[in-house]
Amino acid sequence: MTETIIIAEMNGGVVAPATAELVTAALALGGAPVLVVPCTDGASADAAGFAGVSRVIAAKSPVFSSYDAAAWAEAIDGIAPAGHVVALASSRSKDLAARLAARRGLPVVQDVVSIDGGQLTSPILSGKAMQTVAVDGAAVVTVRANVMAPAAAADADVSVVDASGDLKTAVLEVVARASARLDVAEANIIVSGGRGMGEPGNFRHLEALADTIGAAVGASRAAVDTWDEIPHSMQVGQTGKTVNPNLYIAVGISGAIQHLAGMRSSKYIVAINKDADAPIFKHADYGIVATWEEALPVLSDALAGMMS
Amino acid sequence: MPNIVVLVKQVPDTNAPVSISGGAVDFSGMKMVMSPYDEFALEAALRHKEAAGGEVTAVTLGGAGADKILKDAKAIGADHIVRLDHDGWADSNAVQGALAAAIRDLGAEVVYCGKSAADTGAGSTGPGLAEHLGWASASNVLALDFGADVTATVPAEGGDARLSVSLPAVFSCDKGDLKVRKPNVKGIMQAKKATVDVRAAQVGASSVRVVSCALPPAKPEGKTFHGGAAAADVARLLREEANVL
Repeated sequence: MTETIIIAEMNGGVVAPATAELVTAALALGGAPVLVVPCTDGASADAAGFAGVSRVIAAKSPVFSSYDAAAWAEAIDGIAPAGHVVALASSRSKDLAARLAARRGLPVVQDVVSIDGGQLTSPILSGKAMQTVAVDGAAVVTVRANVMAPAAAADADVSVVDASGDLKTAVLEVVARASARLDVAEANIIVSGGRGMGEPGNFRHLEALADTIGAAVGASRAAVDTWDEIPHSMQVGQTGKTVNPNLYIAVGISGAIQHLAGMRSSKYIVAINKDADAPIFKHADYGIVATWEEALPVLSDALAGMMS
Repeated sequence: MPNIVVLVKQVPDTNAPVSISGGAVDFSGMKMVMSPYDEFALEAALRHKEAAGGEVTAVTLGGAGADKILKDAKAIGADHIVRLDHDGWADSNAVQGALAAAIRDLGAEVVYCGKSAADTGAGSTGPGLAEHLGWASASNVLALDFGADVTATVPAEGGDARLSVSLPAVFSCDKGDLKVRKPNVKGIMQAKKATVDVRAAQVGASSVRVVSCALPPAKPEGKTFHGGAAAADVARLLREEANVL
């Protein structure tokens, strides 16, 4: 039987939970799933088994200590069997997927949200349309987080294999973020503010809520363009980051097309806006028509009570 | 002096609504523009030229309609504009193969492109092209310094990494801190007179084909509350109904 390779999503040298969703995607593609864990220490693959995964390969190499697209693709290519390849549609893994696909002469299909009878569907035009494609032969496929049900954990045989690749870039330094808070691209919950926050200093209210519920803080383009204090790294939307969290709380954001493009696929959307006609409400699961000054303290208190 | 290429792509204006006709996106009447991230790539290419000399060639893969964005690139400061003539669908491998062949022909040492195109959102071209060429790549580039090697700032776990990248290399550019320049009157006049260097595209076979396009499934109507006090109800629903907290 052909095999389907799953590249484990790694975060801080640990197999990230979203890897369990990739197993479900691999089973939908067909082929016996083989989990490849890129690591510097084979122990990273311990307990990385999932129901349905036939075997686990710990691909051990110093190149996996920091990301270099060329070296990672070469190292994984060297040890992974032939077949479909599945990875998470995170920005790093999409980059790796493209590189690995080109290396193997395969096409890459990014940001897949459903797999049905060999056909793959992805959002295009910033989520304003869905495109379904059919693939002749093997492909490298990245899958959006939070769309596939996670496979259950299970025991698996782990074989540790030495992998190697040539680094084409060198890390000079990593400048730590000023805040310990998660980046919007990594977070499962995001609290975002728009120009409706009135002034950048009011983002501290969003930060306080975010810290209560373990969320990242994002912003609309209008907020980033208006206030120098709000950096582009926080921007969600067309020219910012595309996010797919479980919960997105939009405060004082009207919902311009370019913002919706970056967050409309969030699982649940809460909107707080004083304008009942704001377009964001059409996309919100829970809309609160009120000023943020009225609604945010109530929401923060209620959530703080629930989380304690 | 480096021979610099910037890849640009024509895409529908990102503010345009999308309609579907016969299982395909209806592009008729949609305003077409340079993909937004490509503007940052062009800016990066021009700054590289200003720092190190050389010339900037803007390259696109597309039909005659894509000449407009090449002229836009010319107006902003590209020295040469090249269109690889191709209409219709091609998968990632076919696109990257055609671009790699053209970049070899042009003798480029460094390629800039947007981190993803606004139509597909895939972000495959930069890293895939680099692999086809056997070059280094850095993606989601936020800032660049130009020396003998190029230093690129990219997001990494826990912060931003500064990478030293030896040329030849492909850089896929995010918005970052770059402020893009606007075309001046002289540039616009030159662009009007410029001719596009149209070349045959070496597009190989695609093993991916588009089956259909559709509008995204409509989201069930949400619940709307009035007044700040209702935020307490929403907090409860997030736990009890949505199950996300």
